[in-house]
Order: sequence, then C-alpha cells, then structure tokens
Amino acid sequence: MFWQKDIEALSRKALEELQLKRLKQTAHRACKNIPFYKERFSKLNIKPNDITSLKDIQRLPFTTREDLRENYPYGMLAVSKEQVVRLHTSSGTTGKPKAIFFSKKDVDRAAELIARCLIMTGIKKDDVLQNMMTYGLFTGALVMHYGAEKVGVLVIPAGPGNTKRQIALMQDFKTTTLHLTPSYALYLASVMGNEGLVPRRDLSLRRAYLGSEPYSEETRDKIEKFFGIDVYNSYGLSEMNGPGVAFECVNKNGMHLWEDNFIMEIIDPDTGKKLPEGEKGELVLTTLCREAMPILRYRTRDIVMIIPGKCKCGRTHRRISRIIGRSDDMIIIRGVNIFPQQIERVLMGIKAVAQNYQIVLEAYDQMTVRVEISKDLFDGRVEHLVNLQNEITEKLRSELLVKPKVELLEPGTLPVSEGKSTRVIDKRTL
Amino acid sequence: MEELKQLSIFSENKPGRLKKITKVLAEEGVNILAINIASSNGFGVLKFIVDKCDLAYQKLKQKGFTVSLNEVLAIELVDKPGGLCEVATILSKKRINIENAYVLILESRKKAFLIVDTNDIEKAKKLLKHENLRFFTAKKNIKRKAK
Repeated sequence: MFWQKDIEALSRKALEELQLKRLKQTAHRACKNIPFYKERFSKLNIKPNDITSLKDIQRLPFTTREDLRENYPYGMLAVSKEQVVRLHTSSGTTGKPKAIFFSKKDVDRAAELIARCLIMTGIKKDDVLQNMMTYGLFTGALVMHYGAEKVGVLVIPAGPGNTKRQIALMQDFKTTTLHLTPSYALYLASVMGNEGLVPRRDLSLRRAYLGSEPYSEETRDKIEKFFGIDVYNSYGLSEMNGPGVAFECVNKNGMHLWEDNFIMEIIDPDTGKKLPEGEKGELVLTTLCREAMPILRYRTRDIVMIIPGKCKCGRTHRRISRIIGRSDDMIIIRGVNIFPQQIERVLMGIKAVAQNYQIVLEAYDQMTVRVEISKDLFDGRVEHLVNLQNEITEKLRSELLVKPKVELLEPGTLPVSEGKSTRVIDKRTL
Repeated sequence: MEELKQLSIFSENKPGRLKKITKVLAEEGVNILAINIASSNGFGVLKFIVDKCDLAYQKLKQKGFTVSLNEVLAIELVDKPGGLCEVATILSKKRINIENAYVLILESRKKAFLIVDTNDIEKAKKLLKHENLRFFTAKKNIKRKAK
C-alpha cells in the first residue's frame, strides 16, 4: 500500500534530479533569507549557484545543534513571522533550547510524510492509534497526530504515563496501534504481565511504532512476542520535523528515508568526510522542502548505516539501519522526556545536597538518582535524612512527572563528573 | 550529670563500611563502649559511644567520613525485671521523646546503661535532674575498666 506511489516509487534517476532541483532552491533561499547561512557561504567562498550536481552538497557548510542554539529564537527563520504557524523546541541541557518553526505548508508536509509511513505499515482508516508520546513542545506526539488524522485513523491523544489509564483506553476503544518509546513499551509489558493481562486475548493490538531512542532487534522481538503485534521502527528528530523522517515498511528491514524531502549523507564524525555506502557513520540531513526553516547539512549525531540494495516493497527511497549510537542528552523514562539539567536544577536547590549526583537508568524504566549529602549539614539524625530523601523524591517527581528512586550517598563516593555523560548511566538493555 | 557524647557516622548500606570505620578507631586506640546502627532505605547511621570521642571525631573527619558529635543521656539500669520500665516511666512522665536508644554494658557486666538520644538534650537534663536516676560517669567507669 502506498500513500503517494508516484513519489515513493519514483525512479532513482528522477528522484535524484528532484533532489538536485530542490537542493538548489533550498540553498538559494537559505542564503538569501538567513544571515547565518549568508555568512557561512561567504566564509567558504561559495555561492548557491556553484551547486551543479548532488555531489556539490559536500562543499556546503554543516549546521550543528550549537548553531541552532546560538540563533535561538528567531535567527534561523527564512520567512516572516506572519507565515509561521507552529513552534516546537528541542530543549537543551546547556542553556538555550533549539527553536523549530513550521509554516502551514510545513505542518502539512510533515503530516504527509507520516501518512506515507503509516500506510506503508498497512494501517487503515478503521484503525485506532493510541499516541503515547509527549504532547507539547516536543515534536513526537503532535507530528504523528496530524499525520494519522490525515490518513483518517482515529487518534487517541493519550500522551505518556499513567499506565493503568493507558490500558483502560486500549480496552475501551479497542486500540489497534500504539506509538511509543521502546522503554515505555517494555514497562507497559511488565505492568500488563503483573496484572495477568494477556494482550493477544484481552486487547485488539496489531502494531506499534517505536521511536525516540535506540533499541535492539532483541527488544523488538520481545515486544512483538509479548503483545502479539508487529513493531515498526520510526526515526526522526525535532530539527527535521520530528517523526516521519524515516520509517519501516512491512518488510521491517531498515527504515525508508524520504529522499524527496531530505538529502542524507553518512560521514565520519571526526573528519566530516563522506563515507562509502554501507559503512556506519554520522547521519547528516538537509531539508529539501522546508519553508519556514530550511537546514543545510545538519549533524544529527546519530550513528547509522545505509542498507544497500532494493527493498521488496517497491519504494526507491533508500533505507537506514536502526540507530547504532546516539549522543543525545535527553533521557526518556516511561515515555516522558527528561533532561539531566532538570534533575540538577532540583538537586542544587536543596541545601543538604552536595555537588555530586548520578542518574542510573535500569531495566523496565527505573530511574535512580544517587545523591551525595552535604557533610556540613549532617547531624546524625536518621529522621532528618529520611525527610531529605522524601523531599528530594517529591521535588523530582513534581518537576519530572516521573517518580525516581533516591539514594543518599556519602560525599566523595561518586566519581567526579567531567561532563554530563558520566552523570547518566544507562543500564537499560533495550 | 556528666556530659556523654555520641558519634554518628553516615554510611551507605553496603559491605565493608563498618570495617572501614572501625579500622580508623582501632588504629587510634579508641575503645568502643557501645554501638548501634539505624538503617533506612539504603543508608545507615552508625552510633558509637567511645572512650576518646573527641579524638575519634577528629580522625574520622580527617579521613573523609561524614560524622557528627552530639550529647546523649546514659541512664543506669537496675539489673532486675522492670529495670527498664522504671526508667521509661520517668521519661514518659517528663514527656521526653526518645529518638534512638540502645544499651551500653560495661565489661564488668555489673552495670548497664540506657543510652537515650533525644532532640532536646538540655531540656531533658533539666527535667531529669531531681529524679531518682543514676547516670553514667565516663571518668569513673572508663578508668575502672582500663585497669
């Protein structure tokens, strides 16, 4: 099944011609309307007119997440504010977030891409999609929502968390399709297991779309078996609209990346040089159709590889592997997006907490926050420590909407943190 | 009523912690008279009554332990049925709240003391001043033991 067969199965030659045409337009618009790109082009001493083949993309400047942050809030906008209809942000841990704007056309295009993805997995108008991603500034839920509505599917905007209610919704409305994170899927399975619920017998589920965090083939297998469903990988990032950048078809062997909307390159993250097809490297994406906010050669920091060869489904858009590595700051627990910075903010606001802390993520989405207590404020009273533990737990819960386990540690127990990476220890084997 | 101090040391609940702490005390020639461990939710607070508490406090602090020092009551218990009840009755009458309590028995095994950790030590001392209670006197007892 196709949503836009003429484009999805376009010949490689025609697809590449289309890419080149759109790349030229994008470079022109970016250079003309965004001072950031104008400056970068002149620094590299190139002009949009220098692009004569797709290979020439390698001469264009990269865009990094830091660039987006530095140009926050309106710096990367290529149209007037009158033309923008939606803002999403991808919050950062180091100060400013990244602002992503959508024009009316952009909203529609993002929905079109999602529609292609959903149809590709065999969804139909009478399906019921329970959208368990975070609604709000995060793109995950809303972009999927619009795309599913475009197909004509009934969408339940459940959002994440409140697992008992999620199960009740699935039962009451006979949900057939889930959109959620792999870790939340595992958590959901453990809750259902504990309650003696057998999805095959008690629910109407047929498929799930899993995205937002890396996970393994073994996890897919486990989730498929438990729920009795097909699991499809979804790839996206806020800077590139959110979900719908690449998605699996029924063959479940790599995600078709919509090459009429994006140019993908796989580069060596250290040298920035293009790698041969089939090698794993950092995915770099250029938007080809974005009106409000065109982005050239965006460094996704996601490590993937292009799967060589044609797909049986007939789509000509090449496939990328599941994410092999992702150097992202965001943690997702039970479907809720959390930034280590939020945790730090809470902890550092409590007097009896010393400087050092650690976040440990374990199987089935358990989050433990390990906190060193302040030596000077220790008075020997167990009661005071218990109160402190409760205070930290409660403050974190209200900030994150997820209740962590809090461990109190002696000062000096934790390794001194040099970057935020050591703050978060992810032991989840997804 | 002589002042008796208790050492409190914060510790995670994991093997080897008590050993590390007591090793410091042993190396400094500090004798432990009583010990109590209060644990909760993954951590513990170790309470010690020792003969050289100021020295022990300094050394533990130097070695990086999270330690504090506070005064406690040590009330002599009569070695017969109802001995503890008598003391508890008085504490109750005076409305002294016990945060933590444990027993100190001297080597001679002739005397036992109830160590009472309370949130307002000064008030407790005042309230108990005229009660018929005998308190631990460090000098007398420790010296005798040292012989």
